[in-house]
Amino acid sequence: MVKWRRGATTAGLILLGTFVITAPFIMLAGANPFAAYGEFLVSPLTSRYSGLEVLVSSIPLILTGVSVALAFRAGYWNIGAEGQLLMGAVAGAGVGMLVSDQSRFLVLPIVILAGAAAGALWALVPALLRVKMGIDEVVTTLLLNPVALLIVTALLSGPWADPETGFPESERIAESAQFPILVPRSRLHLGFLVGLAIAGLVWFVLSRTVAGLQVRAVGSGPKAARFAGISVGRTLLTVALASGAIAGIAGASEVSGIQYRLTGGLSAGFGYTGIVVATLGALAMPTVVLAALLLADLNVGAGSAGRVLGVPSQLGDVIQATVLLVTVGVLAYRRYHHKVLKSEVEEAPGEGAVPEVEEVDTS
Amino acid sequence: MIFLLDILTATLRNATPLVFGVVGETYTERAGILNLGIEGTMYAGAFFGFAATAVTGSLELGILAAIVVGVASGAVMGLFSVTLGTSQHVAGIGLTLGLIGISEFINRLYFGSSEGLRRIESYQLLEPFGPDNIFNQYALTYIAFLVVAPLGWWVLRSTSFGLGIRAVGENPEAADAAGLSVSLYRYAALMIGSALAAVGGAFITLATLGTFTLGIIAGRGWVVIALVIFGRWRIWRGVFGALVFAGVFSLQLRLRILPGWDAVPFELLLALPYLVVIAALAISGRNVEYPGAYLKPYRRD
Repeated sequence: MVKWRRGATTAGLILLGTFVITAPFIMLAGANPFAAYGEFLVSPLTSRYSGLEVLVSSIPLILTGVSVALAFRAGYWNIGAEGQLLMGAVAGAGVGMLVSDQSRFLVLPIVILAGAAAGALWALVPALLRVKMGIDEVVTTLLLNPVALLIVTALLSGPWADPETGFPESERIAESAQFPILVPRSRLHLGFLVGLAIAGLVWFVLSRTVAGLQVRAVGSGPKAARFAGISVGRTLLTVALASGAIAGIAGASEVSGIQYRLTGGLSAGFGYTGIVVATLGALAMPTVVLAALLLADLNVGAGSAGRVLGVPSQLGDVIQATVLLVTVGVLAYRRYHHKVLKSEVEEAPGEGAVPEVEEVDTS
Repeated sequence: MIFLLDILTATLRNATPLVFGVVGETYTERAGILNLGIEGTMYAGAFFGFAATAVTGSLELGILAAIVVGVASGAVMGLFSVTLGTSQHVAGIGLTLGLIGISEFINRLYFGSSEGLRRIESYQLLEPFGPDNIFNQYALTYIAFLVVAPLGWWVLRSTSFGLGIRAVGENPEAADAAGLSVSLYRYAALMIGSALAAVGGAFITLATLGTFTLGIIAGRGWVVIALVIFGRWRIWRGVFGALVFAGVFSLQLRLRILPGWDAVPFELLLALPYLVVIAALAISGRNVEYPGAYLKPYRRD
């Protein structure tokens, strides 16, 4: 009970703080903040099409949110979901252009696996550096993001440039590599189910299996985990690769579900938004999915608020960033200034990434 | 020969925002804080510098606006990473997302709907030795190389203030025991570092471009993060890194338009600074001398 009440107070503080900070911007645009928030959050849910669009735009956010949350739960600060997503998109598009009229049932799993493999591969080097040499992963994962974007640009301005138009877009992927649409007259595609399935799988593994227990133990304190006989290095490596794979699937899903080709503007910073989603969802998978839906609602609403109220849609980005900062601020404040409840200690991963050298137990 | 001169001139120009950023971020990281907000701070500096100049017609007020925005964003980063003790990377990413969002929002509101790009009367090149030589640079480039870098180096190395910055980043417990305010020094380092980064961003709008376009910083903040680590938290090595990166950047920009060079994937060349930093970290491995309290919030127990 107490935990619920604390949770509600925290959520209330976060909402209030976000509203108070962002209201002046809305007023600057000459709109009523209450009306604007109504437009942001409620209006997308009032029509069939925009409601489904919320689900469409939640897909990459669910996947990157789960990817980041999983890593953060283990105390592995993967800031590289953006790059991992882009590499997944490259791999997905590569497969999609290679195949022709094979069966979808054969091609789609390959597309998803290729995206996952590319994302995991992109996460491999920072993970190895962390586990084998104790090199902090924040910087290495971050710096690989611009590299991935440069690879995409290089492909699109060279070998993969559209042969007909010369535009920096790849040619269309084969029909068999395109995700089926789930609901007629909408853009809602298979990626939504993939996202939910992965969120469910990660939730199950984290909360119901020994491996998940080890991940959480490493996240709460590597020293204690090692003392309990857990191979911290192997756990971190597995988590990092899984996190990269999930972000990679997000990229493949954007290619196969939305764009049908590789484009430079494929990701609207989804990898970074994943950090917002994971934090807002308190690193627990059910709430991460909810957070992704909330931010997707906000994205769609920000688009229509631009048309209806004249509030530039970029306000959606401002609100997202504000909600992230207010959330970490409120959580830190409450953690520091109140006697911490035991139940919450278990939820919170280790603060401050102190790289620790680990030997991978290969036995 | 003219080609080479051209490249060198462009190198100094393109290195200028990086030099501001590198000196600033070195201060911040030396105080123990990895400020991932720098990408957004450079972006906001570029935008608000441009906006202030567009409104007032004064370039100096543009620079001042960038400094104010920089100091403010440093203070916000301080609130999170120093006072509240949140994880630095999440706060930094949030700050970057927020500052880019705010800049683009206000840009859309006041400058977006008008016809075409709004241009300002930008800084003129100085020509101390006549036209067409390497010294034809903007005043801010001179300031970056002849004032900011040497002064920043000297203050960090030889003054008690610089010692304080290094102390709170290396061993905050000892600094605290010696009577230094860890929070104060970290806030100061963040504000100075962010102000410099913001001016680096403003250089692009107020000097080289004369306008503001979306995506204008294009990852320069991340390049700065890479260069600071590449320079092992030493200002001159970081500045050297900035020159190398700007040199490669300027070279590929010019080669790209020459016939026969269009098939070369120059993007891979531009990826080098990031890869070099990761490789350098991998090679030096455990011996990388991170500032002792890097990424660690300080709490007096």
